[in-house]
Formats: sequence, C-alpha cells, structure tokens
Amino acid sequence: MSAVAERGRPARRRRVFRHWGLVCGAILTALLLLIALVSLVWTPHSATAIDLTQRLLPPSPRHWLGTDHFGRDIASMLMVGAQNSILVGIVAVAIGVALGVSLGLLAAAQGGWAEEAAMRLADFTFAFPAVLSAILITALLGPGAVNSIIAIGIFNVPVFARLTRGAARAIWTRDFILATRAAGKGGLRITLEHVLPNIASILIVQATIQFALAILAEAGLSYIGLGTQPPFPSWGRMLNEAQTFLFLAPRLAIFPGLAIVAAVLGLNLLGDGLRDLLDPRLRRF
Amino acid sequence: MLFFLLKRLAGLVATLAAATLVVFLVLEVLPGDPAQVMLGTEARPEQVAALRHELGLDRPAPQRYVAWIGGMLRGDLGRSYTYQVPVAELVGERLLVTVPLALLAMALTTALALGLGVYAAAHQGQAGDLGVMGLTQLGIAVPNFWFAFLLILLFAVHLGWFPSGGFPGWGAGIGAALKALLLPALALAVVQAAILARITRSAVLDILGEDFIRTARAKGNSRARALWRHALRNALVPVVTIMGLQFASLLAGTIIVENVFTLPGLGRLVFQAITQHDLIVIQDVVVLLAGLVILINFAVDLLYLAIDPRLRRR
Repeated sequence: MSAVAERGRPARRRRVFRHWGLVCGAILTALLLLIALVSLVWTPHSATAIDLTQRLLPPSPRHWLGTDHFGRDIASMLMVGAQNSILVGIVAVAIGVALGVSLGLLAAAQGGWAEEAAMRLADFTFAFPAVLSAILITALLGPGAVNSIIAIGIFNVPVFARLTRGAARAIWTRDFILATRAAGKGGLRITLEHVLPNIASILIVQATIQFALAILAEAGLSYIGLGTQPPFPSWGRMLNEAQTFLFLAPRLAIFPGLAIVAAVLGLNLLGDGLRDLLDPRLRRF
Repeated sequence: MLFFLLKRLAGLVATLAAATLVVFLVLEVLPGDPAQVMLGTEARPEQVAALRHELGLDRPAPQRYVAWIGGMLRGDLGRSYTYQVPVAELVGERLLVTVPLALLAMALTTALALGLGVYAAAHQGQAGDLGVMGLTQLGIAVPNFWFAFLLILLFAVHLGWFPSGGFPGWGAGIGAALKALLLPALALAVVQAAILARITRSAVLDILGEDFIRTARAKGNSRARALWRHALRNALVPVVTIMGLQFASLLAGTIIVENVFTLPGLGRLVFQAITQHDLIVIQDVVVLLAGLVILINFAVDLLYLAIDPRLRRR
C-alpha cells in the first residue's frame, strides 16, 4: 500500500508542474504577442529616433529601461523587436511546414524509392545548420532579414519531413485507412482527409517548438550581422551593438537577452504543455 | 558486419559528394556574379572579366566542379582572394582553434548532461528532478552568445579569473590556451547540455522500468551500480544519436561564439570572408563544416555498434 502512495505522490506533483508549465508558457507567449501588437500602434518613444544628448541613460520613469549609445529608448526598441521575432518565426515555420509536411506525407503515402529519396534529402539537410545556409546565401545576395528567414526555414524542412513521415506511417497502418481504401478513396484523398487531420496535433506542437528555435536562430544571425539590418530594431542586432558597451553599460546586453529567453521559454513551455495535453502518450524530452 | 560497414562507407562518400554539389550549385544558381561580388559595384568591366578568367569562371560549370573537387582531394582548396595565400593554409591554422573548442564543448556537454540527466532520472518526481528539469528548460531558451556575455561579465570583468577574449595560441602552453577556450566552450555547452540532459533522463527512465534492472538489483547490486553500470549503458544509444546531431549545432554555434570572444577560428575566418566577399574561402569553409558534421554522424553510426553488440548482426 505504502508503495502505491509513494508512487502516486511524485506523479501528481509532476502533473501539477506540467500544467504550471502550460500556463506559464501560454502567459509568456500571449504577452509576447500583445507587446508586438501594441508596438504596431504605440511605443513609449520612437524606436529609431536618435538623440545623442540622451545617450546611455540609466532606467528612469521617462525611459523605463534606459537608452542606448544613440539615445534610442530601449523599451521601445524591445517592443518593436518583438514584431521582428514573431514575423521571422511565423515565416520560417511556414516554410518548414509547407515543404517538410508535403515531403513527409508523400514519403509515407508512396513508400519505396520516393520515401528513401525524401528521407535521404532530409538527413542531408541536417548537415547544413541555419548559420551555414545563411552564410552561403548572404555571401552572394548580401545580408538581410528575408535571406536569414529563408535559411532558417530551410533548416525546418527536414524536421517536419521526418516527424510527418513517422506519424503518417503509423496512421497508414490503421484499420480505418483500410476501410477508406475499400470505399475507393485514392492516396491523395486519404492523405488530405484522414492522415493529415490525425497528425495535426503533433505538427502544431512541433511548430511551437520550431517557432522558438527560429527566434533563437534569428537572434544569432542578426548578432553576427547576417539577419535583420538597421535601423529596424531586432533583439539579436541590439545584442551586437551592446557588446561594445559590455563593460560600460552591461544592461544594454541584459535586457534584449532576457526578452529572447522569455519568448523562447514561453513558446517551449507552451509546446511541451500542449503535447502533454493533446497526447499524453508522447513523452517529452 | 563487413557488408554493413561497406554500405555505410558508400553512403558516406555519396553524402559528402552531394554536400559539395549542393554548395557548388547554390553559388551557381543564386543570382550574382562571384567576380562582381568580390570586386564590388565600382569595378570596371575589364577588371571583372580579368578576375572571371583568373577564377576560371569563364569555363563551363561541370568542368569547374570537377577541378574544385580534384583540388580538394589533393588538399588544394584554391587561393584566398583577399589574403592571397592558399585557403588550405588559412583553414589549417583555424581548425586548430575550432576543433579543440568544439571537442571541449562536447566534453563539457556530455559531463553536465549525463550527470544531471541520470540524477534527475534517479530522483524522478522529487524536488531535485523538478529543479534539474526547470534549469534545462531555461538552458534551452538561452542564446549561446548571450550566455557568453554573461560569462564574460561574471568571470572576466567581475572576478577576473579568465580572459574576456582572444587566443594566445597553442605555443603559449596548453594551460593558457585551454584557459582561453574554457569560457567559449562553456557558453556552447550549456545549451546543448540542457537538451541532452532531458534526453538522458527520459532514456534512463525508460530503461529503469525494464526487468533486467530489477534482476540486477535482486542480485545485490547497489542502486548506484545498477543505475550507472546497467541502466546508463543501455540508455546510451538514443543519447549518442542526439550527441551526433548536436555536434552540428555546436559547430554552427562556434561561428557565433568565436565572434563574441574574438577567437581566431573557422567562424571568424568565414565571418571576415563574408565582409570581404571572399567567396572561395566561404565555399571551402562551408563544405568543410558540413563535411565535419557528416563525418561525425558516420562515426556515431559506428559507435552504435560499439555500444550495443546486438546491432552488429544487422
């Protein structure tokens, strides 16, 4: 009896923790979206206006988080930067979903050489992390937000391709698929009407996690100067500029970093929480 | 076994060839004339034509590809346009920084991840487990270059224990060189360790539920011995798989982190090459990094066989 009680208690504690994760993740993500939306119509100050008389000010009621070396308001830059992060995340994930899911569905439906070819292609793309593709693309086309988004999107393709193929193959072996075949439906119809809806929840969860990874990757690319270009504020770009003043004004580096951590943490917690909620059988890492 | 090895080896060669082809084609297909890019927009057409000839760009693409691959096999990576020295020479020096940095980061990752992961699994559901899981969730969300800033602020500026950047070279002694690499390696390792610790935890938890662990305990093995000797070894296959994939992220991460610490590695070389439009260097370094990733994943496949003899029968 006591053994059962011992096993039950930690399990319950973990469940509570998981829901906490989901709640925290949802709140952080909602906050991120809200800040980005508000910044479309209002920011405390202009995010791009340069005022050298106001440079490197500490936080105050007028400038909540202080100003940078050009006298720009940090809080306003962070707010506008949120737009940038969300935009990059959405487009990069959309590229990954559009190409990766199609590839995965095709592989699962066709099998044979098509599957082999699609999966080798996915394996191969793994050898080119976003930074490497971005370097190749920017080397010729020059740095820019669009090029960095494409590079991050390309890296998302194999992730979704593998996940989709694995999940879709499991659906294809189920009896109800056999029934739809017997009813005379073709491969494409079965894929769109039965396979895709059944794996949608897994894809949504992965999309949240890839969204978070895209924000991290964009910050990295902007930090080394391959991503979003000035004067449009981006969190990675702010960190790049802050590095020069790391000893003089460390807070310039602290705030954008905290913004990235909060955004990524929120999305990851949301993704993990959704996974547990939608499909408790899928174990989280 | 031999057939398996041969098949894998053939796959390795094919993947490496594909990687070179992709990089070549990307630079070929993307709009933009390499000679024009290198010289800038103000170059005269004669200058561009002369450089095109010098680079062999006036020859047909297949011929250039074969020449490039042939050169690479002989160790000739071409000449850097900006430095005017063989790329092989440049890359060779930089590899001596990047590879030790990546290996040190991987070693730190493994030590941190296995320790934390096994600890969390052994204390499943308890405060220690929740603490480790919370930390790893935070670790995954931290950008490695920002963590590098924090490390510099704490250990270089505040405490003064480590240099805030630069590399004295291996000639200055192994101790001094490792000291310069430790903070960058730690910045790279923390994020990867967070991911790997979660994988280790769930892999070990899977194994702890197996009958043979109960048998091992029944035979009188202590809890710790059953955990470290029996559970961990069996949990290693998924852990090693992820480690292989992580090496790609680590190498990509070095490009960024080397810039934080101004380490003269491959990342810094490729970064300078981008600002100077030195396409030959970029092409070679990208292929080299992708090739390293492919080789590591090949090594991981072989490592499976060492860890789990059952897989050798395939």
